[in-house]
Amino acid sequence: MATSVSQKRPARTSEGVLLKSLVAALWLSFLFLPLKGLSAAVVFFFAVALVLVFSRSLVKYHKTITGMLPSVRLSGLFPRERMRILIFLSFLFAAAVPLFAGDYYIDVAILAGIYIILALGLNVIIGFTGLLNLGFAAFYAIGAYAYALLHTKMGFGFWTAMPASLVLTTLAGFLLAVPALRLRGDYLAIVTLGFGEITRLILNNWDSLTQGPNGISGIARPEIISFPLNTLASYYYLVLCCVIFSIFIIRRVHASRIGRAWIAIREDEIASSVLGIHATAYKLYAFAFGAFWASLAGSLFTAKMQFVSPESFTFMESVLIVCMVILGGLGSITGVVIGALILVILPEMLREVQLYRMLALGAGLVLLMIFRPQGLFGGKGVSLRG
Amino acid sequence: MPGEIPPKQRFFCYNLSMFLQQLINGLTLGSVYALIALGYSMVYGILELINFAHGEIYMLGAYFGIIFFGLFTAVGLTAFSLPLALALTFVLSVIFCASYGFTIEKIAYKPLRNAPRLSPLISAIGVSIFLQNFVMLTQGATDKVFPPIFGTAGFRFLSVQMTYLQLSIIVVSVILMFCLRFFVRKTRMGKAMRAVAQDKVMASLVGVNIDTVISVTFLIGSGLAAIAGLMVAMYYGLVNYFIGYVAGIKAFTAAVLGGIGSIRGAMLGGILLGLVESLGGSYISSEYKDAYAFILLIIVLLVKPGGLFGKAELEKV
Repeated sequence: MATSVSQKRPARTSEGVLLKSLVAALWLSFLFLPLKGLSAAVVFFFAVALVLVFSRSLVKYHKTITGMLPSVRLSGLFPRERMRILIFLSFLFAAAVPLFAGDYYIDVAILAGIYIILALGLNVIIGFTGLLNLGFAAFYAIGAYAYALLHTKMGFGFWTAMPASLVLTTLAGFLLAVPALRLRGDYLAIVTLGFGEITRLILNNWDSLTQGPNGISGIARPEIISFPLNTLASYYYLVLCCVIFSIFIIRRVHASRIGRAWIAIREDEIASSVLGIHATAYKLYAFAFGAFWASLAGSLFTAKMQFVSPESFTFMESVLIVCMVILGGLGSITGVVIGALILVILPEMLREVQLYRMLALGAGLVLLMIFRPQGLFGGKGVSLRG
Repeated sequence: MPGEIPPKQRFFCYNLSMFLQQLINGLTLGSVYALIALGYSMVYGILELINFAHGEIYMLGAYFGIIFFGLFTAVGLTAFSLPLALALTFVLSVIFCASYGFTIEKIAYKPLRNAPRLSPLISAIGVSIFLQNFVMLTQGATDKVFPPIFGTAGFRFLSVQMTYLQLSIIVVSVILMFCLRFFVRKTRMGKAMRAVAQDKVMASLVGVNIDTVISVTFLIGSGLAAIAGLMVAMYYGLVNYFIGYVAGIKAFTAAVLGGIGSIRGAMLGGILLGLVESLGGSYISSEYKDAYAFILLIIVLLVKPGGLFGKAELEKV
């Protein structure tokens, strides 16, 4: 289909490439024209033409460039022993962060840890089981609010409110999944998106319980045996412990019978049910298990901020977590951790050009899907079908 | 005089006129949803892709309307002839939005045509985020105002107020939908579109140019979204860069509600959604107005997964 068109085009001579870039740039600046006026459109034309001419010559090498990136999983690139050393060193580095970093960097690191847990949880649903969930922020929100409400209204401390919130959110994940899992593919995506929006609207409007858009404030810092985690560094270690715990548990579950059942369902649901895997039950486990981690992240987030409001759980939040999973590579635990780190740290580094961050995120998603759909560290074998 | 009517009857009268008023508001809103839903439905029918960027095309339509109408007012065309200025605004907005739709397909979806289902969906979300921020950066984050040229002129019917603008929104939408229905059912290109929707490979074997069909689908869908956006800009008077997301999701809901891929389904789904929203907003709770669309969607998908007018899909092994 596509080849018949490309054959009609002029040969890939340098003049042909130049001409095509110029035509494309002219067309794009024509589209740009009404939004910002003539002079801006002219500047836009030259900018786009320059980028296109350069990228056209790069496209020739793009296969070599992407080929140079590790196309297999990270564990295939490094031998097992060296991989272990690498992981050990990165944990050591993570543990040493508060020793040399300032408060701002520890703050960013705590946020990164929370997002790593979230992305790992969503990876169970999207990456392992192959169910696209566009409303993951709903679980995150339920976890955060359950913690905040149990803490402020019932007087629970951190170590009682968090487990209670975990149980509640896991149950919520289970209940939400029961109706949703009768649907497949895109329909599931849109229904989970709907659940996300409904959750946010309820939190926003149920004033008597959640105080609406004002949010819940006055949440105390957690303490360990009456020793409050007052400094950022001590809280950072709590988050780090949770991250290590989540990586450990998710790795073990991934390698277990349940994890293999998830992967079988992702690869071919019908074939796996023929083999005796109860697909619906395992999908439910995936949703509940993912919700569990979202709740942990939600509790940590609330305890860190000492405040929670519906603002933090918009659709963009869900999309951001999906981006982390996809950037790192669906199904790869190492990849997802790195994806989350990149998407938390990069925007912090780009604070000066804050306005353009979301623009870049949008364009980046399109480019990622075109040039490297399996993500940075995803294996080639990952497939996601409708 | 209300005092002359007995209380019980007065309550009834009040309720009836409020009900009719909300019915008209709902019809207006619903026909706009239906216009956007057609674009979703057509694209999903052919590419099996939830085109998240479609809502942004609608938002762009509203912006282009304000920009071009402002331009015509500045050069004095509006003062010379209002209908001419309006017609030109409509034509230019449609041309630009159709071009946007066409370009988006070429850049973001065409390279992914044989990729796993998730890739184009994520790409579409990327385009949507990009366009939202693109418009925010070029046009500013504050509300844009469409000059109130129609005002609240209208007529009263059974104690219900209906503005001419509401009437024209409904009429224009219905006419456009019948045109589209005719196009898809009777013309050569329409037949090609239906063929591609049924089976891409088979259609290409009998000589249908798939690329052209897909491009035409995006051109038509985006054009309809542009008209919807422009009419909403006139109706509400205010436009912001994030209106596309909510409207897009609701229109997609409408398309699913009616049965995705079906034109009649998108029409009726859109109108049903508009009615549910405006009646639910006035009788149940206006705070949860945005949630009704999703609740309705979830119920329909659970009870009748193929939508009201669609066929339930069977998975082929």
